Amino acid sequence: MRIVIIDDSGLRATVLEEGLRDAGYDDIHIVPPRGAFVARLERMAPDVVLMDLGSPSRDTLEEMLMVSRALARPIAMFVDHSDDAMIGAAIDAGVSAYVVDGLRKERVKPVLELAVRRFNAFAKMQTELDEARTALSERKIIDRAKSILMNQRSLSEQDAYALLRSSAMNQGKKIVDVAQALITASDLLGGGL
Amino acid sequence: MSLRIAFLPLTDAAVLAVARERGFAEEEGLSLDLIRSTSWATLRDRLVYGQVHAAQMLAPLAVAVTLGLSQQPAALAAPYKLGVNGNMLVMASDFAAALDPDTGRRLSDPLGTAHDFAAAIGLWRRKPVIGVVHRFSSHSLMLRYWLASAGIDPDRDVVLRVLPPSLTVEAMRAGEIDGFIAGEPWGSAAVEEGLAETVAIGERIWQRGVEKVLAFRTPWLEENPDIVDRLLRALIRSASWCDDPANHDALAQLLSDPRYVDQPADLIARAMSGQIVVRQGEAPIASPDFLLFSREATPFPWRSQALWIYSQFVRWNMVEHGPEALAKAGAVFRPDIFRRALADADVPMPGANMKVEGALGLPLAVGSRKGGLTLGPDRFFDGRVFDPERMEDYLTNFVSPL
Repeated sequence: MRIVIIDDSGLRATVLEEGLRDAGYDDIHIVPPRGAFVARLERMAPDVVLMDLGSPSRDTLEEMLMVSRALARPIAMFVDHSDDAMIGAAIDAGVSAYVVDGLRKERVKPVLELAVRRFNAFAKMQTELDEARTALSERKIIDRAKSILMNQRSLSEQDAYALLRSSAMNQGKKIVDVAQALITASDLLGGGL
Repeated sequence: MSLRIAFLPLTDAAVLAVARERGFAEEEGLSLDLIRSTSWATLRDRLVYGQVHAAQMLAPLAVAVTLGLSQQPAALAAPYKLGVNGNMLVMASDFAAALDPDTGRRLSDPLGTAHDFAAAIGLWRRKPVIGVVHRFSSHSLMLRYWLASAGIDPDRDVVLRVLPPSLTVEAMRAGEIDGFIAGEPWGSAAVEEGLAETVAIGERIWQRGVEKVLAFRTPWLEENPDIVDRLLRALIRSASWCDDPANHDALAQLLSDPRYVDQPADLIARAMSGQIVVRQGEAPIASPDFLLFSREATPFPWRSQALWIYSQFVRWNMVEHGPEALAKAGAVFRPDIFRRALADADVPMPGANMKVEGALGLPLAVGSRKGGLTLGPDRFFDGRVFDPERMEDYLTNFVSPL
């Protein structure tokens, strides 16, 4: 079974490809949805096409599947009507699958289930990465505010942090917001670092 | 009650955005969760598989899904039109150089421009590639109609390439397409960058062209009359706010938000004020009917317009013509729901559910159950008239350009 993954994000496609290879599928190709990707796809004659549901190129792909004369068998979106949960899970995870006419449901379903799991795992990774990035930038803001206080009010690092924290608590705000306000004010007053 | 509604980043998502942001939905006890999609396929799937309650949909796509022409078949119902007109065809400046250099004349004479376009195809080094947003879009149907009037076969003489509106400008820049027809602000964005010139605008091809609708799954629509009615009441008030020129600046500003269209407000404002810049740096050309939200009973879903869409599907061999398909297509538009929902609202209500399309050359006061209703001119540029009662005559009337 030849599986083509249409994906722009190199990382997500790799995560999916790995999973499929581990499960014993070995005829897998990754095509980014750019330029003449439709022509490439036609030459590959895939049995299953997996694509991010959120990809803006889905309309282009569907049009090609509709009018292509190069593909021997028509390809349509895979939907298992006996399984509403599966449809919901695929849409939630952002997976769309197109399958050639005549391919049996039992053969496609494991591929789709695997894609859903891998897409979800990737989304979780992405969220964790974003959270880590946010934490890092918050850390930097607080550090800068601390050094402003240390310089201008001759406080120790510990006292500077305690002052930020107590003002945040008194104002019912997050420390990072108070720190940001302090930096802005300090910049405006020309006393920044 | 929280309603999930899918939309695409386009100027004519305005009525939905304003219903949410200006509190019109809230006044009806509804909270709108607007879900931005990047392709019509995804918007369609979200609606068909019940991930959203309703969607801003291309009117022809709603008909196509109901007829089983676009992936999973599902009965869809459109009780409300989100807008009329608003599309623009732009072509690369090199290509447009073969058209009338007087840009005002170019827009006001679509028939002449179509013939110039045919000549320009001959001069182009290969078949021009024209981007359309979807096979089942008003854009594609209008472009086909317009090209065919000059003897151009849209399936043979040009390459129509489907791509979503938000990728059109990038594809122009990369030279993957020679032009495109899309809803605003994408045409204006290409003009502004100096990549393209306006060649035709929807309003001059069909003066009151059917465009986006609010689509539901029919069973859900039937089971939730109270919610549907409340939503329609919220939208009709939102539409009237959107049409008011005094609000256009605020509306453009609102839509420029990254959650909606995410394009500069001054580009978005062009469609609303009808100030269309044809060529980079030129003064705009006034086109006051470029995009309508409310006036002339714009939101009313005339059945005849669903049937016109069907006639074009038949014309371009997109569907096999038959009495059953015809009945199904017409039934997608639901004037009955519109009447029920807005029975007590201060809205002029047309007396009929169908009309002859393309028959009005001048504004006309028509029978209305409440208040005065004046319908605007609705001619097709070639003067053809669509009488939904005489479908066969209309269809045989199109001579296939062979």
